[in-house]
Amino acid sequence: MSSNLQLIIKREFISRVRNRTFVVMTFLSPLIVVGMIALITWLTTINNDEVKKVAFIDETELFTSDLKDTNEVQYVNYSNYDIEVAKDSVISKKLYGLLYIPKKSSNKELSESIQFYAEESPNFSVLNTIEGIIANKLTNQNYKAEGLNLEAIENSKARINIQIENFSGEKTSKMSNYVKMAFGGFAGYLLMMFIIIYGNMVMRSVIEEKTNRIIEIIISSVKPMQLMMGKILGTSFAGILQFLIWVLLGGVLLLIATSLFGMDPQPVGVDPSIALQENNQEEIQLLIQDILKLPLLTLVLSFFVYFIGGYFLYSSIYAAIGAAVDSETDSQQFMLPILLPLMLGIYVGFFAVIENPHGTVSTVFSMIPLTSPIVMLMRIPFGVPWWEILISIVLLIGSIIFMVWFAGKIYRIGILMYGKKPSYKELFKWLKY
Amino acid sequence: MTNLLEVQQATKQFGDFIALNNVSIKVPKGSIFGLLGPNGAGKTTLIRIINQITLPDTGSVFLDGEPLQSHHIKDIGYLPEERGLYKSMRVGEQALYLAQLKGLSKRDAKDRLKYWFDKFDISHWWDKKIQELSKGMAQKVQFIVTVLHKPKLLIFDEPFSGFDPINANVIKDEILQLRDEGATVIFSTHRMESVEELCDHMALINKSNKILEGKVSDIKKEYKSNTFEVGLLSEDNNQLNEILQNKFITEPANFKTIEDQLKLKISLNKDASPNDLLRYLSERSQVVRFNEVIPSVNEIFIKTITENE
Repeated sequence: MSSNLQLIIKREFISRVRNRTFVVMTFLSPLIVVGMIALITWLTTINNDEVKKVAFIDETELFTSDLKDTNEVQYVNYSNYDIEVAKDSVISKKLYGLLYIPKKSSNKELSESIQFYAEESPNFSVLNTIEGIIANKLTNQNYKAEGLNLEAIENSKARINIQIENFSGEKTSKMSNYVKMAFGGFAGYLLMMFIIIYGNMVMRSVIEEKTNRIIEIIISSVKPMQLMMGKILGTSFAGILQFLIWVLLGGVLLLIATSLFGMDPQPVGVDPSIALQENNQEEIQLLIQDILKLPLLTLVLSFFVYFIGGYFLYSSIYAAIGAAVDSETDSQQFMLPILLPLMLGIYVGFFAVIENPHGTVSTVFSMIPLTSPIVMLMRIPFGVPWWEILISIVLLIGSIIFMVWFAGKIYRIGILMYGKKPSYKELFKWLKY
Repeated sequence: MTNLLEVQQATKQFGDFIALNNVSIKVPKGSIFGLLGPNGAGKTTLIRIINQITLPDTGSVFLDGEPLQSHHIKDIGYLPEERGLYKSMRVGEQALYLAQLKGLSKRDAKDRLKYWFDKFDISHWWDKKIQELSKGMAQKVQFIVTVLHKPKLLIFDEPFSGFDPINANVIKDEILQLRDEGATVIFSTHRMESVEELCDHMALINKSNKILEGKVSDIKKEYKSNTFEVGLLSEDNNQLNEILQNKFITEPANFKTIEDQLKLKISLNKDASPNDLLRYLSERSQVVRFNEVIPSVNEIFIKTITENE
């Protein structure tokens, strides 16, 4: 009889994998994702390439020498023009904006009366640069006015970079918490997507057998429970294959894209000034150390356990729903018990766990079977005592057994019921048949 | 004659609804057994119990003398009324898959499929998808899958629905041949003429209860009412009619003739002999027709159901 289970798994797997949408999604998705990354990177580069021409009228003649062209901004001296003429000229020449520094009696007054005219609200970093230049100049002037030695001030500035160490004396990076969050968040989110995508596939496949009316032919050869398990397993194998192809293909494509366009595969939008810090090199090394210091073995093992466990738990519910309804549209009313705990898991994960990985909320939700796969996966990078993981896994396995039994009951009755839109009450009755 | 299948006092309840109430049937080996009953009588539930799709609440089923077990699945071939195939799967693959689920090895399944596909002249369908076939064509594939593993017991639920008369005949001949080769057949249908034609045994289920079971010929004997259909030639048909009406229970009969005959159905008492009737009639007229009226399965069906209402 177990050979029947194999046959069913094989058929489910092949029919999933042969499906045209599956093939397209498998090979197109990495292309699309990598393409998007490439596009965004490229767009940001051209966006930054555009040099902004800023005209200025410096009535004080204090800042003219400091307003030097950069990669981002080019300065045009309009100090000879009247302000109204300058405005017209900026508009007609389509310059980025006009900086107006009026002559005032005191620096205090001056600092409050500088203006920037522009068509659109000006770029934050442009303003920042200009403000920086002016503030710097005025500060230095103030120091001078107070009779302070600029050089002495410069020399007495202290630069602090606190080195973080844990109590056992190992250095950690400041990024440590972010790394943990990223690992946990990624794993939890991945699990949720996997459950929704492949759980839906299981459900569709059950509905298909019902609407095709092949179900009674199959059921006269195999036990409903075998058919259900075969479906869940076959679909998950297809899912794992798709996942592997994505990882491989995505990796290869990213590599090709990087070498082709000389792109930096690091996340976009990181402020380059941070990257240019002198201790950057050390930071990266610490970061890598941090990753290596994560409970990697526990992480990988529990990832598999919770991934498989969570998927089984949910896809048996999906199978039961598929059996209970006649079409996919009818299934909507039963989606809440699936989506609610999934969403809850993700929200608890992103708010409670990140705030306090070992708080009451995080701990409780990492025990409750429907949310535990996601929440526990997010907690594990922060270090969870083994007995907590054990309790959570035992609870999970227990509820999987219960849920598969429960779903099997509904499935067994539901697949032979046609043309009925069952209510929860009716589903409950089926349990007693 | 031994029984291949015996259902003993099977009862099945769904919530408050009793689908099957203490039903027992005996299906003799090598018979074609008609399982009759109006819609919703409980036929499908009974068939599902035999197929181990549903378990009875009480009662037991024996196949070939053994209590029904999961390995008996491969001894039964079942063509359900609600039947279909995977639409996007190819005919050959699908037939192979379903045959393997019934315990055939891939090689055996292939050989036997080739035999049947050649027999029905449908070998060129092998690589087609089911969605490219018509309903009747798909039904042929389903029929082949049902009988492929050479089961001892074949259960057909409305096997002829969806077939045109020619293909229905082909299927009918195949069923008869399978019976001749030793299979036992259970037939569930509303089409009384096919029961009349094929079945030697039958059971009638109404409102979850079995109300009739036995050999078709025995049941007919039991239901016949010693009634005879006669065609008489006389000088004055009206006068003769009056005489007969006074002496017997008669009703007008209807059959085709070329002469102007008096056509009547005459019912006798249970013990009365047809010879006496014939003698009486021949003394008064020329008897051109004298037939015993045998009830059709259809008439028995309607009569017992209405009596039971």
